Parts: sequence; C-alpha cells; structure tokens
Amino acid sequence: MAHTVIPFGPQHPVLPEPIHLDLVIEDERVVEAIPSIGFIHRGLEKLVERKDYHEFVYVAERVCGICSFIHGQTFCHAVEELLQVPVPPRAQFLRVIWGEMSRIHSHLLWLGLTADAFGFEALFMHAWRVRERLLDLIEATTGGRVIFGACKVGGVRRDIDKEQMQVVLEGLKTLEGEMRDIVKVFLDDSSVKERLCEVGVLSRDEAYDLGCVGPMLRASGVAQDTRLRGYAAYGELDFAPVTRTEGDCYARCAVRCEELFQSVDLIRQAAARMPEGEISVKVTGNPKGEFTARTEQPRGEVIYYVKANGSKNLERFRVRTPTFANLPALLKILQGCELADVPVLVLTIDPCISCTER
Amino acid sequence: MAYFTMAKLALKWAIQPPVTRRYPFTPRSPLLHSRGQLVFIKDKCVYCNVCAKKCPTRALTVNRAAKKWGIERLQCISCGYCVEVCPKNCLSLDTSHGKPVVTKDKETY
Repeated sequence: MAHTVIPFGPQHPVLPEPIHLDLVIEDERVVEAIPSIGFIHRGLEKLVERKDYHEFVYVAERVCGICSFIHGQTFCHAVEELLQVPVPPRAQFLRVIWGEMSRIHSHLLWLGLTADAFGFEALFMHAWRVRERLLDLIEATTGGRVIFGACKVGGVRRDIDKEQMQVVLEGLKTLEGEMRDIVKVFLDDSSVKERLCEVGVLSRDEAYDLGCVGPMLRASGVAQDTRLRGYAAYGELDFAPVTRTEGDCYARCAVRCEELFQSVDLIRQAAARMPEGEISVKVTGNPKGEFTARTEQPRGEVIYYVKANGSKNLERFRVRTPTFANLPALLKILQGCELADVPVLVLTIDPCISCTER
Repeated sequence: MAYFTMAKLALKWAIQPPVTRRYPFTPRSPLLHSRGQLVFIKDKCVYCNVCAKKCPTRALTVNRAAKKWGIERLQCISCGYCVEVCPKNCLSLDTSHGKPVVTKDKETY
C-alpha cells in the first residue's frame, strides 16, 4: 500500500510546545515517525559564560516553565558540590517541599493536557482548576507562581514559618480531596479507559533498552527513581517509587496520578521532620572542577553537567532533559499506532520541548 | 469499568459559584509574599551601584554623579536579588504587579 507522509506539528492543537513529527502513514496506521526538534533553541547553555554562577540560577530556572524549581535546584546542587558548601538541613527540606509542589503542579498540568488530547474538555478544566489552588500555595510561599525564584547557591531565599506551613498543610488537605475526585475519573471512567488502555504499550525491556526515564519507565515496571539516591532531604523521607506493569498510556497516567498523592505525603513528611535553623550559608570563592548532578524531575531524571575553571563564570554547562531521553521511546510507541492515537501518545511522554532545546 | 464518573463532579461544580474571577471588575487580591513590582525609595539611596551590578537582567542603571537611579520595567523579572544585596534597604518588592508597561522607556528617579 502507498505511504503518505503527514506532518504533525510544530504547531498543533494538542501541543503546548513545538515538536515536529513526519508521520509515515499506511491507510490509518502510522508506519514510522521521523522527529525534528530545534524550533525553540535559545542558547541558554552558552549564557553560562556571561552570567556568574549566582546569576545563572535564574537562567537555570527558566530552562523550563513547568519544572522550573527543580532545574534551579539541580544547578545549585552541582555548584554547591563543586564549592563544597554545606547546605543547611532546613534548606534541604524546603527544597523537597517546593520540589514536590512543582511535581504536583506539573502532573496536574499534564493530566489536564491529556484530557484535552483525548477530547475530554470538562476534565481538562477541572484538572487545571485544582492546579490553580496549588499555584496559590506556591505563590504564597515562594512569591512566584511557576518561576519560584526561591533557590540559590548555598540554600534557599525564603523560609516557611509555622503559620505558613499550617496554611500549606490545610491547603494540601483540600487539594488532596479535589485531586481524588478528578483522579477517580481518569482511572475509572470507561471513556477515558477506551482512549488509554492498551495504547502505546512499551514492555519493560523496551523501556529499559531505549533509556526511558521517570513515569515512562516506572509505568513499564522498572522501579527507578532518582530521588532514591537521597539528594536534598529525600534520604530522610520514606517513599517507594510508584510502578505499574502494563506499560500502556493508562499505566503512565496511573503512575502520575499516584505520584500526586505520593508528593502530598512527601510534603507532609518533610513538614513534620523539618529541623529549625538557618536556611542558607554565605558562599565565597569560585567553583573549580567538574560535577554531574542528577535529580528527579516530574518527567524523569535530569542530568546537569557543570565544568568550572576557578573563575566566577562556569566553563561548560550541559543539560540532559527527561523529554530528550523519552523521545526514542515515543518513536517506538508511535510505530503501528492509529493516527487518531498520535496526540495521546505524544502527550503520554509529557513532552517539555523548551527544556529539551533550551 | 465505571460509567458517568464525571457526572458527580460536574453536578457538584454546577451548583457552586464560578472559580474564575470577572477580571478586571474583580481584581485578584495579591498574596502576602508575592513578588511584584520593584519599589525604590530615593531618600535612602547612596547610589552605590551594587543593585545594578548584581541585577541578572541588567534592568537597573545607577548614575552616581547625577544621583539618578533607573529601571527598565520590561526587563525586570522581579527576582528580588537587588533587594537582597541593597546595603541601605532602599529597594523592596511590592506584592502587586503594578500597572502594565507599554513603552520601553527607562523610569528614572
């Protein structure tokens, strides 16, 4: 049968960001997907030569507009390791709290976008309504809604006092109830299941071999989570990676849904175990040497490579984002799928193209 | 497999007041710790230039000789770094965002 090539993106109703795929179609079935990225390359890595390591935290936060806090945190972590700065324990716990808030807001955003991709507009609105409540909590504690601006080399900029923490915990309680309502629809509803179950199945071996990260890998049954390495204060908190074995879109959705509640639990644990004390230390001197920092973003593991030569500007800075690691798996699951499932499959990896291209 | 799971949620929210605001008729009240517009208090400033040196977006300019402090509002990202480093505490972040800026002029004080 003759093949037709249908361009998908860079502008497409389901895509929040530009990725282009040439879909080779045989009848209604996709035979091959050829990706091209690079539409929004901003050269942020090169900026490291012009901004000193304190200023660059702001740039690192702007690598991504959704998981901004964890980008800033990873950069700070890398520089702190080079400078051998002892970050105060309270700051580490605050980083966990904001990191998990960022995860909840990212997953709620993804749930909304996925609902939109399979045509469930009302569910999309409800997911984002719940997310708005969390954004208010984030703004109340850090001052920003998506760009937190709370992390700095040597600690954090803001503290959450007891009263504020009480507000956060009460807010989370309401939020948890509302999240349960929408998660019930995502996991139980027949129309949602018809669009997600057995679509884009990725076996455990395939996911592992293709180098998947994050919920994509955990949904295929591999219990891999960078937070288990214990960076920030994760080593002092109790949690286990959320995994599923089906490896389809439904499993990936279920993993993210369960991670919402896992994050709420982690915030509660961190709030209960957070010690009193300083939130930052004075940082002096310039970094020298190289370091690779690994942290868990909502989309999976992010790798930051920094190389410093003893001056205030770093010599080299490189980011491997989770979306980039999940792209090979996307191309794999697109092979043989129905054309109508392409939007759901593209969204299932939770693509964040502006991180990927920086 | 469950059917009409959305119905309960939809009915619950059908009888609730809307969660959206009729902006600009009902503006959003700023939260206590929001990072909004940068506010400059001229009387305290010694024109030391530290804020301009530290500003990550180079939005601030200080002229010590003419005793002028300037800001390009469109470049300012309200990060608060200048507020942190100001030795005289003459800079602060307001909780509200201020009026929209429509020109690229530099505000000078």
